[in-house]
Amino acid sequence: MDKKSLSVKDILINNGIIILILLMVLFVGVTKDNFFSLSNFNNVSINVACRFIIAVGVSGCLITKGTDLSAGRQVGLAACLAGTLLQKADYSGRFELTKNIPEMNVWLILIVCILACCIFGLINGIVVAYLNVPPFIGTLGMQLIVYGINLVYTKAVPIGGYRQDYTTIANGKLFGIFPYLFIIAIIIGAIMWFVYNYTRHGKFMYAIGGNESAAEVAGVNVKKTKIMIYMTAAALYAIAGFLLGAKSGGANVNTGNGYELEAIAACTIGGVSVNGGIGRVSGIVIGVLVFEMLKTCLQFLGIDPNYQFIAQGIVIVVAIALDIRKYIAKK
Amino acid sequence: MAEYRLEMHGVSKSFPGVKALDKINLKVRPGTVHALMGENGAGKSTLMKCLFGIYHMDEGEVYLDGNKVEIHNPDDALHKGLAMVHQELQPIPERTVAENMYAGRYPTKKFGPFQVVDHKTMFEETAKWLDDVKMPYDPKARMGTMSIAQMQSVEIAKAVSLQANVVILDEPTSSLTDNEVEALFRIIRELKSRGVSLIYISHKMAEIREICDEITIMRDGTYVGSWSMDDISDEEIVKQMVGRELTNIYPPKNDASLGEVLLEVKGYSSIHERSFQNCSFQLRRGEILGFGGLVGAQRTELMEAIFGMRHVRSGEVYIKGQKMNIKRPQDAIRGGIGMITEDRRGTGILGCLSIADNVSISSLDQYLEMGIKLNKGKIENLVKENVAKLSIKTPDSKTLIQSLSGGNQQKVLISRWLANNPDILIMDEPTRGIDVGAKYEIYQIMIDLAKQGKGIIMISSEMPELIGVSNRILVMCDGRITGEVQGEEATQERIMSFATQFEK
Repeated sequence: MDKKSLSVKDILINNGIIILILLMVLFVGVTKDNFFSLSNFNNVSINVACRFIIAVGVSGCLITKGTDLSAGRQVGLAACLAGTLLQKADYSGRFELTKNIPEMNVWLILIVCILACCIFGLINGIVVAYLNVPPFIGTLGMQLIVYGINLVYTKAVPIGGYRQDYTTIANGKLFGIFPYLFIIAIIIGAIMWFVYNYTRHGKFMYAIGGNESAAEVAGVNVKKTKIMIYMTAAALYAIAGFLLGAKSGGANVNTGNGYELEAIAACTIGGVSVNGGIGRVSGIVIGVLVFEMLKTCLQFLGIDPNYQFIAQGIVIVVAIALDIRKYIAKK
Repeated sequence: MAEYRLEMHGVSKSFPGVKALDKINLKVRPGTVHALMGENGAGKSTLMKCLFGIYHMDEGEVYLDGNKVEIHNPDDALHKGLAMVHQELQPIPERTVAENMYAGRYPTKKFGPFQVVDHKTMFEETAKWLDDVKMPYDPKARMGTMSIAQMQSVEIAKAVSLQANVVILDEPTSSLTDNEVEALFRIIRELKSRGVSLIYISHKMAEIREICDEITIMRDGTYVGSWSMDDISDEEIVKQMVGRELTNIYPPKNDASLGEVLLEVKGYSSIHERSFQNCSFQLRRGEILGFGGLVGAQRTELMEAIFGMRHVRSGEVYIKGQKMNIKRPQDAIRGGIGMITEDRRGTGILGCLSIADNVSISSLDQYLEMGIKLNKGKIENLVKENVAKLSIKTPDSKTLIQSLSGGNQQKVLISRWLANNPDILIMDEPTRGIDVGAKYEIYQIMIDLAKQGKGIIMISSEMPELIGVSNRILVMCDGRITGEVQGEEATQERIMSFATQFEK
């Protein structure tokens, strides 16, 4: 009868991944010297920032029972686009196409990146909402399309030699302590938290995820909401790509490759249900942190990077299996 | 030979809280067609499920040719010579007729060390059985290319091939044309002449008259009686089907005179030929308009079309005299219509969301601050107000709706529309799956809303409810509105006679 009081065992299993990785963090922290250090904290927070922005973008799609496999490639395209427009004037290897374009404001370039990605987001949204193509397939196609466009645009030439004002955005620190990237991620998180909890759009999103046909009967504009979600996601990928380029000081066609899967995994670990209707921004923060911690721990333990992929894959499958288990148990 | 091929004796079956069957008898003679009739929910399907071992009967015995048998599952039933052709056929459309007939029991042959499907035998056998019941279909045709009537015939041929001597046909003509019905009857007569017994479940009086020899009538899970078709008139059948006492468990109706016409529907026709056609009606302020009919009369489809959930080929909707163009639910809501659907889980509640979210989802515009931020305080007040007004039993507004009982979920959905305040509220089976106490409360809410000047359309398959709550009742049959009954003169017999006015 008392469905509400979950047993200790259930709580342990439902949060299994988080608990396991926390234990791993403790173990690594105690056995390795530099793990609990300011430099490592900085490193992790910068890594987490971009991935968090991507994960929040994907979360909207997941909450409405969709997905967005074009996320990583869109990040890559935004990084390349920003890179080609923000090279130093005297850099020898300047990008052919943009060589003669006069120097423009950094933020203007960010807006250009956002607009470019929003076009792809809009198409994703239309394909999913109006053509009823399953999001998995629709965005898989978009993944290839965006990658192709990026190849055509950059001719697979790596881009570097960025202007100082661009790289500072990622590498600078407020008061010399807080990395700008970290602060940007917090601001974006706050905005998205507001959107998810205090706007009509947010309520509509959860309603569609909870029961799409019921939402439609209740008067929710399902198609428009879905398009908005895929466009918002694309805008966030653009921001993430822009920042990622600034952080690494370069970009190429493979920048962002596979990030969509990491983002989906992080969302799932953070309690965004692949069955739709459930997911909180705070959960996504935890999910991204936990997933990043997993990777950092594996690095600190000196495990062969090839094995790290195997570990990450296992974590993704287990996380989703545990999520589904919660759903099945509810019946 | 025993007098009866199949005898079911004193069958009872209870589900938690309901006695679905109470000492039902059914006796079918060899080589006859036996009609099984009763209203929606009389227990016909439950009885058949008990016979096939899908449900385990609490009491009762089954005899086949005078021998007592126990049937544990449908496969068991097949081996004992019982076969059923379901109302909703479940063919495998991409495979051939022969494969459909032999699914799960393919003839096999040796091919080296392997046991493989013997296609040649399968096709030959199928051709033989189809020929046997005079159905000239190609065994290699894909099932999906055949009409529903042809698929049904294949099902019957399958029953014959299994040597079934009791064949049950559940509403077999519900999607057939007249010619197809004739073809079906020809097959039935053929089977009958070979001594096969058939149980024929249908609401269509004319068909029953034409094809059946005997009839058993059920009502509310009880056994009413069995007659030879020659000894019972159509009027008598209807009377026996609905002949229950009406008990007064309804609040007093809205007596005030009705106001302006709120909704007018003219000539609404579905894009599907077999769905509602040429339906016209009016709804006035203060009126509760009941829609009666049998399951499959297309009442739900008509209402969903008016609400923009289905496509229409032709027809017009006017709200307060204004012509509306309703393409999707949003348009209907903007025009002042609210809808509580039949399928509460499927198209009503937002299961994993809170009560507050479920109540406010259709009226979020009202709580916006500066055009963007939702005022949670206002939403909370709205929910509290409705929880109190409709006496919804819930710990708080953050409780997930799926943890509430059916009656309370329904009240939450009513609150959703109260918050949105439409003039017209369509309620499709508003009390389905709800306990008696909550039912009364929902009737009271409906009548109060009518008194406040709203127009309410209620679809209901429970005739006492229809009569007890409606000011006026429209009856549908086979997609057409076949009759109108004023509240005070409504009787179950009159509604039933309109509900069974099939076009011949």
